[in-house]
Amino acid sequence: MPLDELRLMKNINEPGLAGIEVYERLGGYQALRKALTEMEPEEVLHELEESGLRGRGGAGFSMGKKASFIPKGTMDKYLCCNADESEPGTFKDRLLMQKNPHRLIEGIVIGAIAAGANKAFIYIRGEYELQAEILDRAVAEAYERGYLGDRILDSEHSVSLVVHRGAGAYICGEETGLLDSLEGKRGNPRLKPPFPANQGLYQGPTLINNVETLCNVPLIVENGAEWFKSVGTEKSSGTKIVSVSGNVRRPGNYEIELGMRSGDIVYGLAGGPPEGRRVKCWFPGGSSAPVLLEEDLELAYDFETMAEAGSMLGSGSLIVVDDSVPIVSLALRLAEFYRHESCGKCTPCREGTNWTVKMLERIDHGEATPADLDVMADVQTNIIGNCLCVLGDSMAMPVGSMIEKFRDEFEAHIEEARRRNGGLPLAAHGGRADEAVGSPAA
Amino acid sequence: MDEERDDRADRGVPDVERPPEGPPLPDQVGAGGAMGARPDVAEGWDRPADLEKDPALVPDIAETDVPDDLRGEIERLMSLYPDRRSATIPALHAAQAAHGWCSPEAIRQVAAVMRVTPAYLSSVASFYDMLNERPVGRHHVYVCTSVACHTVHARRVYEAIAGEAAASELEDTEIRQFECLGACDMAPMASIDGRYVGPLHESDAPEIVAAIREGRQPLPGRGLEDSDYRLPWGGRA
Repeated sequence: MPLDELRLMKNINEPGLAGIEVYERLGGYQALRKALTEMEPEEVLHELEESGLRGRGGAGFSMGKKASFIPKGTMDKYLCCNADESEPGTFKDRLLMQKNPHRLIEGIVIGAIAAGANKAFIYIRGEYELQAEILDRAVAEAYERGYLGDRILDSEHSVSLVVHRGAGAYICGEETGLLDSLEGKRGNPRLKPPFPANQGLYQGPTLINNVETLCNVPLIVENGAEWFKSVGTEKSSGTKIVSVSGNVRRPGNYEIELGMRSGDIVYGLAGGPPEGRRVKCWFPGGSSAPVLLEEDLELAYDFETMAEAGSMLGSGSLIVVDDSVPIVSLALRLAEFYRHESCGKCTPCREGTNWTVKMLERIDHGEATPADLDVMADVQTNIIGNCLCVLGDSMAMPVGSMIEKFRDEFEAHIEEARRRNGGLPLAAHGGRADEAVGSPAA
Repeated sequence: MDEERDDRADRGVPDVERPPEGPPLPDQVGAGGAMGARPDVAEGWDRPADLEKDPALVPDIAETDVPDDLRGEIERLMSLYPDRRSATIPALHAAQAAHGWCSPEAIRQVAAVMRVTPAYLSSVASFYDMLNERPVGRHHVYVCTSVACHTVHARRVYEAIAGEAAASELEDTEIRQFECLGACDMAPMASIDGRYVGPLHESDAPEIVAAIREGRQPLPGRGLEDSDYRLPWGGRA
């Protein structure tokens, strides 16, 4: 069901919300005041854990629990806000940072105080130039008003905040890749353990949270865990901003209650596919999530139902694909993305993404046989779980699911491409799946 | 012990033909590939390393000519972090803005101010898509052709823009396919010198190219930051 009242997106189109005056006028920074004057850091942590807030970046781990892993002590501790929103299909953090940057800053300061961190960073992807400038301005305003810096609002807590721009690498959204990148290196993921909570940035304890997760923090502190849990399901509490894109009539960000029927998001909110088209498949959580079919739109949209259906809620981005898109071209485009973004540190990912692209190109060029599908599926299973991070898995899972669910179309494509190309060598064909071959389903 | 001395140290270096030093040759610039200007394999993989040459050291700041504002900016960036090396990416961004690309000269200047080796900076610059170790142009048009944009034929938009630019010999501009730019509600879209515009159609290509050539803002009113920006169906992005 649609929400009675928006939470994260409340007042989002209020003119001037990105400035501190309007944000304060609408009740901004009251949660921080409350956290500093009426609550102990442990109480804030307890409230966050109690709320059941799960990470909104992809993994869905309990935010309060993660914050409680940060060891006590007087050493430098860090909070990194992951704003490297690069998952294809995801654009919710862009909205939050562009329209309501102070909510994020407030969430960061509260989160940092709760976890005992004194240095905070926002790692924002380099492509978000506009949003980074808005954040820079907002951070300067927050310093000026004493919401950041030494002895915040005359308390004993100090938090510094730096907006750090990335330079266009998907892998830096992976938390340890992000840390290496923030330390000024190539963004290669690290071996875990040690986990960032123990040894993260500059080898210090580090809490890493997504933008949307941190934006929920002031709301929870202000209204309490019970209020937060009053919407959503038992294990997926609260609201979620979903980014709906692809072949829908009204693409955009929508705030929903977790547990809403998926079809109501795709058809009700986003208007469904264009006239005369049907939903062929959809990614429930960005391009890394295994695809689901039209009939799966009956499922509830929450963490546990998506996991049961063999996919994942991920970053909460629904990419809808209609029957005008050939599945081979979709798989190829997806695999090309992960090949390009693989950092090259682990062999299964570096080689697996490359060979998957080559095999999909062979299919497209009429040089493959249906047996190649089994080889390709085998490559995918050999990537999953065998790398330092999940970038390789993020290609292997959706591509594997496409081969499994659309095997007939893959085989028909192989047949048709072979017939059309008459077995000529690869170099003779420059055509691609999306232009050369019509979808058998179309 | 002498008998166990590693004799590899005395091994001669084979005579191989080396490419001339300095910036890349014209025919090395802008080689095509799956991602437009970016080839599939890293450049220089087939060139032998010069084993006789000493690695470049940290350039002496006293002997390196660094523009004052660039030096000031890099020093400001270094002061933001507990470890000065954290400023690497922002410093390279700043140098790229000043020089147009991460040229050997730009890298040397950053290295001198940051007190790191040029090789270290080069290792970082070569990792990231937005840092260019080749002169690709001061303007950029990144056309998103990732999964969500793919479903609405973004490749045709890219080909139209690239084709128009080539036909009208647009200079000093990098036009490339880019991975998801996080604006799938505007699909198909592009980032033109950092400004997000969309949804685009093939027919927008001549206007985009003309605007870049004339130095004006392309497609006014259709950028994400424009106050009156609306998606075609009426929603706000």
